Amino acid sequence: MKNQSVKNNIDWISVFIYITLVTLGWLNIYSSSLLSTDGTYQKQLIFICCTIPLIFVVLFVDGKFYEKYASIIFGVSLLSLAGLFLFGKTIAGQRCWYAIGSFTLQPSEFAKAATSLALAKYLSDTQINLKETNRQIQALAIMLLPVILILPQPDPGSALIYSAFILVLYREGLPSWYVWTAFITIVLFVLTLVLEPYAVIAMAFVVLAIIHFKGRVVDRNIILSGILLVLISGFVFSVDYVFDNVFKQHHRDRFNILLGKTVDMKGIGYNTNQSEIAIGSGGWLGKGFLEGTQTKGGFVPEQHTDYIFTTVGEEWGFAGSLVVILLFTGLLLRIIYLAERQKTKFSRVYGYCVAAILFIHFFVNIAMVIGIFPTIGVPLPFFSYGGSGLWGFTILLFIFLKMDANKVNEW
Amino acid sequence: MRKVLLPTIIIIAASLLVIRIFYLQIIDDSFKLKSENNAIKKVYDYPERGYIYDRNGKLLVANQPSYDIMVIPREVKKDLNIAEFCALLNITPEDYHKRMEKAKVYSPRLPSVFLSQLNKNEFAAFQEKIRKYDGFYFQKRSLRDYEVDYGANIFGSITQVNESQIAKNPYYNSGDLIGRQGVEESYEEILRGIKGVKYIQKDKYNREIGSYKEGRYDTIAVAGEDINLTIDAELQKYGEELMINKRGGIVAIEPKTGEILALVTAPSYDPGILVGRQRSKNYTLLYNDSIAKPLYDRGLLAEYPPGSPFKILTGLVALQEGVVNEQTTFMCHHGFSYGGGRFMKCHGFGPHQLHNGIYNSCNTYFGQAYMLTINKYKDPGHAVDIWSSHVKSFGLGQFMGYDLPTGRRGNIPTSKTYKRIYPNGGWRSSTIVSNAIGQGEVLMTPIQLANMMATVANQGYYYTPHIIKKIEGEKIDEKFTTKHVTTIDQKYFPPVISGLFDVYNKGTAYALRVEGIDICGKTGTAENYAKINGKREKLKDHSIFVAFAPKDNPKIAIAVMIENGGFGATVAGPIASLMIEKYLRKKITRTDLEIRVLNKSLVSEYAKLGGMNAASAIESVPKDSVLQAKIVKPKVPAAVTAPKTEVKKTAVDTTKKN
Repeated sequence: MKNQSVKNNIDWISVFIYITLVTLGWLNIYSSSLLSTDGTYQKQLIFICCTIPLIFVVLFVDGKFYEKYASIIFGVSLLSLAGLFLFGKTIAGQRCWYAIGSFTLQPSEFAKAATSLALAKYLSDTQINLKETNRQIQALAIMLLPVILILPQPDPGSALIYSAFILVLYREGLPSWYVWTAFITIVLFVLTLVLEPYAVIAMAFVVLAIIHFKGRVVDRNIILSGILLVLISGFVFSVDYVFDNVFKQHHRDRFNILLGKTVDMKGIGYNTNQSEIAIGSGGWLGKGFLEGTQTKGGFVPEQHTDYIFTTVGEEWGFAGSLVVILLFTGLLLRIIYLAERQKTKFSRVYGYCVAAILFIHFFVNIAMVIGIFPTIGVPLPFFSYGGSGLWGFTILLFIFLKMDANKVNEW
Repeated sequence: MRKVLLPTIIIIAASLLVIRIFYLQIIDDSFKLKSENNAIKKVYDYPERGYIYDRNGKLLVANQPSYDIMVIPREVKKDLNIAEFCALLNITPEDYHKRMEKAKVYSPRLPSVFLSQLNKNEFAAFQEKIRKYDGFYFQKRSLRDYEVDYGANIFGSITQVNESQIAKNPYYNSGDLIGRQGVEESYEEILRGIKGVKYIQKDKYNREIGSYKEGRYDTIAVAGEDINLTIDAELQKYGEELMINKRGGIVAIEPKTGEILALVTAPSYDPGILVGRQRSKNYTLLYNDSIAKPLYDRGLLAEYPPGSPFKILTGLVALQEGVVNEQTTFMCHHGFSYGGGRFMKCHGFGPHQLHNGIYNSCNTYFGQAYMLTINKYKDPGHAVDIWSSHVKSFGLGQFMGYDLPTGRRGNIPTSKTYKRIYPNGGWRSSTIVSNAIGQGEVLMTPIQLANMMATVANQGYYYTPHIIKKIEGEKIDEKFTTKHVTTIDQKYFPPVISGLFDVYNKGTAYALRVEGIDICGKTGTAENYAKINGKREKLKDHSIFVAFAPKDNPKIAIAVMIENGGFGATVAGPIASLMIEKYLRKKITRTDLEIRVLNKSLVSEYAKLGGMNAASAIESVPKDSVLQAKIVKPKVPAAVTAPKTEVKKTAVDTTKKN
């Protein structure tokens, strides 16, 4: 019986961590919104209850369904993103939601799972070799299609998430210079914002010169070095341009706060400063459940959504924060472990996608809250308030758990 | 290798987060202090606010202790005897519940002000019992104690900070006091000092168990610094007395330094009424008087076409541009015709040169001189800009940068102004000739008029007017000791000054001479309009007078503006000459003139604007005024006593307790 097989084969460790995280998340939402009157924690409880039928549907769909219909799911998802431009509802300047009555749905939360399926489907083809440039471009295209639709909403946070797929592609054979390029790109990006563009180019020149003269003879290709320098210069100036002309002022402010260029604790730096204070006041064991003064005082804006981790830090202290981080890390490593033992390439790639997506959310969100990453609207999976987010992550995770439970049947 | 990358990144990233959180929560203590932490109570020590003295060292503003009753709502016992508590504080139980509710809404855990600004007597009874009432404690602050009952517009007042000020400046907490208006605002940071803070550790039963970390983070309060104003208290007081029953402003400046000797606005009020618990009631009363506007500093804010005094600049610019000299003569036929058969009227007749042009205030002379100035250049736009920059070098058409928080720019038109008014061009010198006589697009405030006279007295330079003379142990801002030189050569000033001197000897102010003091002055009138019953009506002209004295080695430059006072020499002129005499001689010889001015009332004129309003009841004559005896009670016109505008004197709580 199928029922039996799922129950017996599902990875109960992951399920246990999932339930723990969702429960802890709700307790913290309860604490942070206890004094508000708009029914935040009641609604979140309803959202959590809704995940139960959702999980059952995901688990009892035929195991082959996801692989078979991956392309169609991806297509529908892209359509739902594109449809936002026509039918989307604008909340706080972002056109990210469909509204059905008072109920809103954010399709970008579901697009992550759809894109993971599409990428897994594409890479599972035995003919695919990521050493070929054509294949690389195609794989990157799958990754970038939703980004193109999400960026103009504008929702840079959700778009950023898709960069996580690079890690998946690397696992599946993408040449390592892609990862290096991504790494250097990030370093150059930050340096350009901190320093003047010309200073960064000068530094790049010095580094390239050192590589050129000190490196192995084969590296001494003056034309290649020249091209690299031109590319770097182009990138540096375009970052400068994008930062000044494409980013909105509040995005710029957030970077500036982080880079220590602006000190304005009452204005834009307020969120991060307040969340640091709240977390910092937690100490070893925190102030206790419902005892957080910052939490209750309403000092931290958006505390039940993107800043939910401040409540953990303040009320549960270092101990609580450590538990949450360990739970996430444990879940991520468990998923990777499960992915590696998959028998089909499709489910392995998908598992990697799940791990990468959850990881980047987890890291970016907490890093932002504790002030080592710019303020970008990325929710903490299973924790942050919001139905679409919770359901999106639940579907993402349980599709994989279903595949994992099903692997015995896949001969 | 490829399998290891993601797990490695995950572990490194998680470690990074843990390290940062460890730093925030365990190592860095500063966040614990910043948090509105229940376990650590902050006790503030408010330093005494700096005293304010006048230029001669007379104490004007000192301090008195005051007490705020603070409350932390959730620490208040349920069984509090409200009746007894209210009796001690002299409030009603309803009031108690209202205040408590407000505090709870702010925060049940954080302290907020329950009852503010009790004086020593009000607080004494409560102080003995305060231990009985958990959740309540007191915060000592210092309130102003005014030694004089004039100068309210100069001092400004202190008040509790509002939400937006707290949001803007992290120094302030709810309930803190901050200067509003006047020198209290512009020298807030110097006067207030820096409050000290003590961190006190509490246990989980909310008992205080000593200072947090042996007081490592405590700071000591830094006392506010005393300041000396440039104001001459006697002159200021005298000015306010002369303005009784009039509206307007007086600004007196010492030309050699730019120091403001007096800054009078009328109607004014006793600064003492804005202290303590009656403050908000009285402030509302003053604020709501939209007709007499006692909070509106006319000396700094009243912007009008200056009229005749502006002819001084018209003459100086014409001389500088070389279009006239002292001998240039224009014939006045009770005015003169210009462009397209238009006619500018003048009261004079006969040939006019610069000298008699000034003392007769001849419109013809200055109209012609101005047109020559503009016609000197082919392009009238270019010419206006040259004229404008000459005039602006006297500090006009701009905020002058003085150290009081309010002001107006005034207006000196440029070519842009006329391009806007006449987008199709076609304007010429004759179109804008009314600028010559201080009308048209020219606007000035009394302090700008006074500064203009100071500049003329100095023969071509001025210092930015300022009210700060000395800050305890510190030099005043460099910008007040920097000379601003005009674009007019010094040699052009003496002929103009000699004309101004003869305004007293032969001209419009002949009746106002003071034996033994050489005064140079100029009368002026400013037309004005008001909406009365929905109709725009011309009111009696504002009376303007500008002067400086003595002619050689000037010590005081002054501008007087009296709303609806009529011709410049009737009200503004006598006030200016009395002020000059008072300042230079310290006593008045012309007592008959003084009595006439004191008793001059424009109340009936103002009644047309809708009657004297609330603040009129607050308006005060300095109580120790020796002159009060000389004041004949003015006949109150019918409109003033009309029920709809009447305000009961009893409504105003001017009692200064303590």
